[in-house]
Amino acid sequence: MKIHEYQAKQILRKYGVPTTEGEVATTPAEARQVAARIGKPVAVKAQVHVGGRGKAGGIKVAQTPEEAERAAQQILGMDIKGLTVEKVLVEEAVEIRAEYYLGVTLDRAARKNVVMVSSVGGIDIEEVAASTPEKIARVHVYPGLGLTEFQITEVCFGAGLDPGAMDAARQFLRALYQAYIALDCSLAEINPLALLADGRLIAADAKINIDDNALFRHREFDALKEESEEDPIEAEAHRRGLQYVRLGGAVGIIGNGAGLVMGTLDEVKRAGGTPANFLDIGGGAQAEMVRNAMEVVLSDPNVKGVFFNIFGGITRGDEVARGIVEGLRTLNMKVPLVVRLTGTNEAEGIAILQQNGITALNRMEEAARKIVELVAS
Amino acid sequence: MSILINRDTRVLVQGITGREGEFHTRQMIDYGTKVVAGVRPGKGGTEVAGVPVFDTVKDGVRQTGADASVIFVPKQGAADAVLEAADSGLGVVVCLTDGVPINDMVRAVEFVKTTNTVLIGPNCPGLITVDECKIGFMPGNIVKRGPVGLISRSGTLTYEIVDALSRAGLGQTTCVGIGGDPVLGTRFVELLPLFEQDPETKVIVLVGEIGGTDEEDAAEYIRQMTKPVVGFISGRTAPPGKRMGHAGAIVSGGKGTAQAKVAALTAAGVPVAESTHEIPGLVQRALAS
Repeated sequence: MKIHEYQAKQILRKYGVPTTEGEVATTPAEARQVAARIGKPVAVKAQVHVGGRGKAGGIKVAQTPEEAERAAQQILGMDIKGLTVEKVLVEEAVEIRAEYYLGVTLDRAARKNVVMVSSVGGIDIEEVAASTPEKIARVHVYPGLGLTEFQITEVCFGAGLDPGAMDAARQFLRALYQAYIALDCSLAEINPLALLADGRLIAADAKINIDDNALFRHREFDALKEESEEDPIEAEAHRRGLQYVRLGGAVGIIGNGAGLVMGTLDEVKRAGGTPANFLDIGGGAQAEMVRNAMEVVLSDPNVKGVFFNIFGGITRGDEVARGIVEGLRTLNMKVPLVVRLTGTNEAEGIAILQQNGITALNRMEEAARKIVELVAS
Repeated sequence: MSILINRDTRVLVQGITGREGEFHTRQMIDYGTKVVAGVRPGKGGTEVAGVPVFDTVKDGVRQTGADASVIFVPKQGAADAVLEAADSGLGVVVCLTDGVPINDMVRAVEFVKTTNTVLIGPNCPGLITVDECKIGFMPGNIVKRGPVGLISRSGTLTYEIVDALSRAGLGQTTCVGIGGDPVLGTRFVELLPLFEQDPETKVIVLVGEIGGTDEEDAAEYIRQMTKPVVGFISGRTAPPGKRMGHAGAIVSGGKGTAQAKVAALTAAGVPVAESTHEIPGLVQRALAS
């Protein structure tokens, strides 16, 4: 789950990470009021879940409340990489002497979390990572020990930070790592970590992603979760416990298991169709879940046909068949349906479908061709 | 021969009293797996599907000589179940649970590395040594004994491919679903050497997907193998930045694309199937050469 900069800063402050102070605004008038309260030059920053907003014109500095209002007017409603800006963060503009980078994330290959520090932070950090990776000091955290003091020393000196900023940087890293673990983050990044003219270190920007798998033990993020959804159908699907990604094509796809569904998308594309969505009903889904999946897929107006691809393992064919029958009975479906069903309790499932006039196919590629044909005609 | 498990493997089921635990315990027993013990704290002394239940893994191991376990414990307790199994000296531990918090697995995997336990999973369908032992929930009716070793990051897609192989008369030694999470107990590179050394396995099918660099690491290892490998990568049409169900299946920061994985495998001499139904043909060709 991605959260906005202003939300990340609120959270990090609770862990003792100093950040720039500001407030969020959803209208130009609000932005003006916030700027007036701050009483100093401000930065007006688009709050969107993508990187590169600065380069897209989503950050502006304003000297007066009137300028802040105009800046907010320009930024609100702006499209940044396909996302519409609905909020801006208005915060005190700071005078930056140097921009550092701090990040904590999972290193999949090492199966450990990695802490990264660089003295060349700012908007070009990805370029730095690609062309001069030696300018980013890295250390892997021993999971049983946590981030140790000697490791903090290694990365801070390795990155060549300003000696005067060393103590503050150390405190920053301790707090950031503590927040990363306590909140089950998959990414916690401060970029830039700003060294101010007065010698203080402050998080001028912050990015936090939360591990979706751990949300069950962080009820405090429930409200943020709702807000992090960008697509109304995706939001509804997630409320119902379905793994759903909207893809914009015409063939609605429902399957069991992420790998099989991904394989099904590839197969539909190969057959000349366009997938409308990824939908995994998960392992061991009950009939009601299957019916819910149909309802979610059919709520997408682009869907011109639905393709069920089920290979039962922990999921049982008879449960899926009961769900499909229930869906047809209650959902007033007007587009063609192709069902491919095999695996655990296959015979029982096929019998249930047959009693209700549905013939299940046995092979994935055959079923993919069939649904693409039906959708095209 | 086979890898990891065989007809002598004695399996303990963690979370045997749950709906799935009980159902699949029966399925495993029907397949011929020696399920010798179940664990559920507070249910010690009872029986499920004729299998004695214990309060702790150590009790079960002591009294039944179990040497492998399968975990049906919900995500809240799954990582702890892995720790308990590894601490009890089991040789193979299979964690089927999906949705386990990633930092829980980072800690669990680090501990498992200090033991002799081989952890498979989490978020996997388990493994099966054909006609001998099945641990997890792969459907037993689709496998057939033969010369193919299979390793896959996916569950259901594995069934799809195994089924296609069996229909084509290409049986298997052992099929392993390693799981779809970013942090796994066992990756391709750790299993490939086992198949390389297994005399009955003549060819290996590697089923990868988008996300991470495990397929690229596998490609590096394959260069030094004597046995042929056939590959398949799912998620070729997945858009970047979207997590495709599995916590591990995401293309981010330009890393983990299907194209990069196909290229790495191809460069290592691995034929990569475009579609699952092409796999049997590629396997036949690899066996003939």
